[in-house]
Amino acid sequence: MSRPAFRYKSAETAVAALFFLLGLLVMWDSARLGARWAEDGPQAGYFPFYIGLFICVASAVNFAGGLRLKGEANRTFVETGQLTLVLAVLVPAAIYVALIGWLGIYITSAVFIAFFMRWLGKYAWWKVAVVSIGTSAVFYLVFEIWFLVPLPKGPLEEVLGLG
Amino acid sequence: MAEIEALMHGFAVALSLKNVAFMFVGIILGVIIGVLPGLGGANGVAILLPLTFSMAQSPGGTTTAIILLSCIYWGALFGGAITSILFNIPGEPWSVATTFDGYPLAQQGRAGAALTAAFTSSFVGALIAVIVITFLSPIVASFALEFGPPEFFAVYLLTFCAFVGMSKEPPFKTIASMMIGFALAAVGTDPVTGALRLTFGTEKLLNGFDFLVAVIGLFGIGEILLTLEEGLEFKGARAKLSLGVVLETWKELPRYWMTSLRAAAVGCFMGIVPGGATPASFMSYGVARRFSRDGDKFGSGQVEGVVAPETAAHAAGTSALLPMLTLGVPGSPTAAVLLGGLLIWGLQPGPLLFVEQKDFVWGLIASMYLGNIAGLIVVLTCVPAFAAILRIPFSVIAPIIVVICAIGSYTVHNSIFDVWMMVVFGVAGYLLKKLSYPLAPMVLAIVLGDRAEAAFRQAMLVSQGDLRVFFSNALVGTMTGLALVLLVWPLVTWLLSRSRASA
Repeated sequence: MSRPAFRYKSAETAVAALFFLLGLLVMWDSARLGARWAEDGPQAGYFPFYIGLFICVASAVNFAGGLRLKGEANRTFVETGQLTLVLAVLVPAAIYVALIGWLGIYITSAVFIAFFMRWLGKYAWWKVAVVSIGTSAVFYLVFEIWFLVPLPKGPLEEVLGLG
Repeated sequence: MAEIEALMHGFAVALSLKNVAFMFVGIILGVIIGVLPGLGGANGVAILLPLTFSMAQSPGGTTTAIILLSCIYWGALFGGAITSILFNIPGEPWSVATTFDGYPLAQQGRAGAALTAAFTSSFVGALIAVIVITFLSPIVASFALEFGPPEFFAVYLLTFCAFVGMSKEPPFKTIASMMIGFALAAVGTDPVTGALRLTFGTEKLLNGFDFLVAVIGLFGIGEILLTLEEGLEFKGARAKLSLGVVLETWKELPRYWMTSLRAAAVGCFMGIVPGGATPASFMSYGVARRFSRDGDKFGSGQVEGVVAPETAAHAAGTSALLPMLTLGVPGSPTAAVLLGGLLIWGLQPGPLLFVEQKDFVWGLIASMYLGNIAGLIVVLTCVPAFAAILRIPFSVIAPIIVVICAIGSYTVHNSIFDVWMMVVFGVAGYLLKKLSYPLAPMVLAIVLGDRAEAAFRQAMLVSQGDLRVFFSNALVGTMTGLALVLLVWPLVTWLLSRSRASA
């Protein structure tokens, strides 16, 4: 369970490298817009260009700092067991978000909560049903009826005439 | 005194039945948000902000809306202490220092004393900060009325350089995180020329990234992922708070008045200068340990060790609203979200607010007094109920919080793309927090990016590209100078420690 999945060195350098590329991207797009001084003042890319430059410089320093981590200082960033738990939330959450557009937020939320309670919490089915459907119902009341904020709805709400 | 008169008027505004009701609703919601992992002051307010859109349109509605949201903030500040003391889990980053002595106290069976001390000192800290706001903000505002673009840019510069100079995180990580924030703020239509920046041809990025979505992702989803690593179980001490314990602790507290005053001073200073509540609480804990007669016993369960960080955190959290109201520069992520709220409701934060929106400003300030009294009453009486929330297993509470965050992100612009961005920001928040990149400067940069850039460009237009405009008079020169000193401060301390090590 407690094997290191990643150490700090790889995490630090990977994030710094990613930020460096982001900085380059910002500089490139700003240069395309014009990052110089026109007759009527700074061009649209002037400010972001230097922002991109600062990102690159700071990331280069952070990258070098990450490379210097050795031995004791290169601690475990995340253990395999921890990473599994994190992914166990992250992957279903991504699927959940992907489905909101098709099925509406109420059904997907109920399914998402139910999935967690059953899979990680091992709850009895009736408890799972009460909490998941209850939560969605409460959200429906609060948002659609009390605060009049419409949330995404899918086919089921249309059948029920709530859409 | 004009301030007292204005404040009394503010009380008249804040004491309407509707506003008092929303005050209690806000406090209770805030404490719940503060207690729950993954929901905190900043993202809690961000999630609820869209619910106030319609509320703010009725006459006087903006005042009710800001009272609701600011009371959520006070509630979250109170709530953080509950989880720190009973569960050794800081619900909020500024409560970390509270765990040092609060949790040992709870283990010794003195949870009631620790909680009473924490709540009372939070209240005292907030009260002192509100008094500071009452008398200082009109002065700052009238002063700031004279500000032109160079002065405003100097204020922004000072804000961001203060992060580099004062944060505990490595300076280059602070800079990287802050600049990423600025880059995110630049995405979309350039307000001056109308050119499309960093959109790469996608329609979705035309309006840029909304900082509310960033806040919900970074602090909400990121925090959930971090909490998950610790496993799914919370184990905590029992919460009992009888009147006897409260009164007994209150008898003990006056002994620490000097600690409280010092902590409040540190807190107010750190809140106004954008250091924020978190460093203030650590700093004040350190100062108290050095000055206290029982300093060597700190960490083993000293009431004084709870008083110091709680007073400072609440003082800083409250006084962070001073620069937000008077200058339009928030001192903390939550203050930044409140500022975003003001902008959405059509109010322009800054010195003019004190001239044009007297009801709003003084109603808010009066509500800070009342809200903290209400908060103290609520937390002292309802601790067991709030602690029970944390006994709900994480496998139930985690998906519900993810759903709340998703709904919160969606309602900002009614866009599912924003919900995707929330997930991306969540992963980023998880990684950055683990790698000790500070998130506060990133959030503030996303909020202030456009305004800082506009101030810079206007100043440059006036001076025709001459950077000396930032030193053109004593005021702007001092601010710019101070900002540069703060910027190179980490370098100075590094050189000092090196020369000391080699000597």
